[in-house]
Amino acid sequence: MDPDTKKCKESKPHSSNSNGSKCSHLKFPDEALEKVLSFIDSHKDRNTVSLVCKEWYNAERWTRSNLFIGNCYSVSPEIVSRRFPRIKSVRIKGKPRFSDFNMLPRDWGANVHAWLVMFAEVYPFLEELRLKRMTVNDESLELLAKSFTGFKALSLLSCDGFTDDGLKFVATHCRNLTELDIQDSVAVDVGGDWLTCFPENFSSLEILNFASLNSEVNFESLEKLVNRCKNTLRVLKVNESITLDQLQRLLVHAPNLVELGTGSFMQELTPRQYEDVGSAFSNCGKLRVLSGLWDATDLHFSVLYGACARLTFLNFSEAVLQSGELAKLLAHCPNLRRLWVIDTVQDKGLEAVGSSCPLLEELRVFPLDPYDLDHQHGVTEQGLLAVSLGCPKLHYLLYFCRRMTNAAVIAAVKNCPNFTHFRLCIMNPGQPDHLTKSPMDAAFAAVVKTCPKLRRLSVSGLLTDKTFESIGEYAKNLETLSVAFAGSSDKAMVCVLRGCPKLRKLEIRDCPFGNAALLSGVEKYEMMRSLWMSACDVTMKGCRMLAREMPRLNVEVIEDEGSDDGAKAGKVYVYRTVAGPRRDAPPFVLTL
Amino acid sequence: MEKGSAVFENRDLNLKATELRLGLPGTDEDSGNQSSSSSQVKSNKRSSSEMDGSELQQSGAPVSKAQVVGWPPVRSYRKNILEKKKSESDGSGFVKVSMDGAPYLRKIDLKLYKNYLDLLKALENMFKCTIGTYSEREGYNGSECAPTYEDKDGDWMLVGDVPWEMFITSCKRLRIMKGSEAKGLACCL
Repeated sequence: MDPDTKKCKESKPHSSNSNGSKCSHLKFPDEALEKVLSFIDSHKDRNTVSLVCKEWYNAERWTRSNLFIGNCYSVSPEIVSRRFPRIKSVRIKGKPRFSDFNMLPRDWGANVHAWLVMFAEVYPFLEELRLKRMTVNDESLELLAKSFTGFKALSLLSCDGFTDDGLKFVATHCRNLTELDIQDSVAVDVGGDWLTCFPENFSSLEILNFASLNSEVNFESLEKLVNRCKNTLRVLKVNESITLDQLQRLLVHAPNLVELGTGSFMQELTPRQYEDVGSAFSNCGKLRVLSGLWDATDLHFSVLYGACARLTFLNFSEAVLQSGELAKLLAHCPNLRRLWVIDTVQDKGLEAVGSSCPLLEELRVFPLDPYDLDHQHGVTEQGLLAVSLGCPKLHYLLYFCRRMTNAAVIAAVKNCPNFTHFRLCIMNPGQPDHLTKSPMDAAFAAVVKTCPKLRRLSVSGLLTDKTFESIGEYAKNLETLSVAFAGSSDKAMVCVLRGCPKLRKLEIRDCPFGNAALLSGVEKYEMMRSLWMSACDVTMKGCRMLAREMPRLNVEVIEDEGSDDGAKAGKVYVYRTVAGPRRDAPPFVLTL
Repeated sequence: MEKGSAVFENRDLNLKATELRLGLPGTDEDSGNQSSSSSQVKSNKRSSSEMDGSELQQSGAPVSKAQVVGWPPVRSYRKNILEKKKSESDGSGFVKVSMDGAPYLRKIDLKLYKNYLDLLKALENMFKCTIGTYSEREGYNGSECAPTYEDKDGDWMLVGDVPWEMFITSCKRLRIMKGSEAKGLACCL
């Protein structure tokens, strides 16, 4: 469909709509309304605009150029193409989040191909495609590369299904490519040669991220590519196969980088070579974000010092550091806003965070060995307290630990009342307060009471229904809640469903919630994106009842233990949809 | 059989290290809590058979928790960081053994030995030294040599402190300390 086709062919101007309508803005020419609406970017605002009246609905749909689909199964390609004729940029999310943790069988779905077939037909001027947790096969990448001449940006976050053959199509055919980002995607590698496929005169790249690719890449091609794109390249994230001296050569060609993901630091260099690397870092005056850093230790840190003072985001989540090493580096990074580390830095390392990074807004602490019960290692409640004392602006926390106390959490949120994201993972399921041995209810009650802006919460530890009563009572802005091994009865889930008006995503595993809890949300689920319940006490009967009551929900049971009413529903995924039951559901997914 | 009982006694004492713990090893307060946390878990999980008997584990390896699918919620690729560290010790069970003063190192396969008794005997034969008897309090006090090992966290530990199963998965290399250094180590304990 030619986007320039004036829409007056399709819908008559307001004169036909004006009959009997009370709206005074009818005199407003469509073109003017469209011009005004074209300034609105947020899809939420646009959704609201489209509800005002038919005229606004039409004006909005003609002017929407960015499409956001939060659940690929909530709508179909046909419905989308009928409604929005002029889309330039698409963002789609596929699998439920628990698929990141191997809780979804392979071949569950969320394959992008059907969408691409539709896009190729209806949106030939498509420029951007951003996918999260979707399966993308090589044939889809080929279709993409060959269908959209003006294509610019491809971002595959946590996707799978493609090989480097697929990437070769993109590199070869997308002449106007500005972005290629495959962060956290799993690509089965046949080789790393796709980099050689960029044409000789190709020079428009702004973002290149292949940090999670497992194979070696052709360094000469990479170097030439970076050199050709030196004026435009602002984000470069290479994978572990790139060595320090190779990195130095790349940096020399790309002094305008804003974000850099390094390769491995494990290399014996001469002092002169270290100096060169250090100069290269110093010369990157715009560098703000640093990641990668595999095998970096304090022996290497001096090369980074030239850039540290300007850094706002330091991602050490691939570097195994001890507390002293982290402290040494952080002393040079007073402007950090975001920091990701592995828990080998321990509480002492987090004390250094508290004292060196007063502007910190986000902290993520990942476990080195999630399955190790050895209590000697990792971070504890002390680390959390130390960070909260030193970083009053902290609003995003992801914290994996083996020990926590109510008192520390209560104090932490008192120090940092602006939390928007509070994700605490006490790794031993159902573990109580380390000091008092009581449940962790008081901790999470404090979080929801003290932090009115809270949008995302993950709870853990020994929790009774009291936690969920508090959540229902206080967490009025909560949008996403993750619950595992918690609660005592259905009441907990009921409180949350009844009490949190903005709840959009609820994921629950291994909790004693049954059919009564599930059905209490019957009126709520259509206002949410999705519900996940696994290893709970819900049975097939409860799922069937829900499906019967709410035809616009898909109630999917994965891996049921039998289909009679009394059988437990092992994994249940419930989501609102206007597209009806999935047409591509594999045999192990039962839509009720 | 003195050595044998010393090792067995050692294992008994160290059962605690393999239980679900809430405090640092060596603290006493948590012995009552393990049952409450595991029973809580039992009531929530249908597949509780994995949890059964975890209090009574004799094998020494903390196995049960690792079998809960998708928990803790870390992405699969993150496991690779740890596996890389682990595989740096060869993965096959072979570890290097050095002895102070010896001109070259040896390599042994830990998987070939059944317990500490076996291992220490083999080391004594290989290096022609006496390692003596392990005791929790005094290490290898009185012997000419003390066997130590580097664990996966990079720390140097005395051989015999942890249960055998835990030892063979965490040992990266061995070093037999001689003479005064060895005595010093024993005195510290």
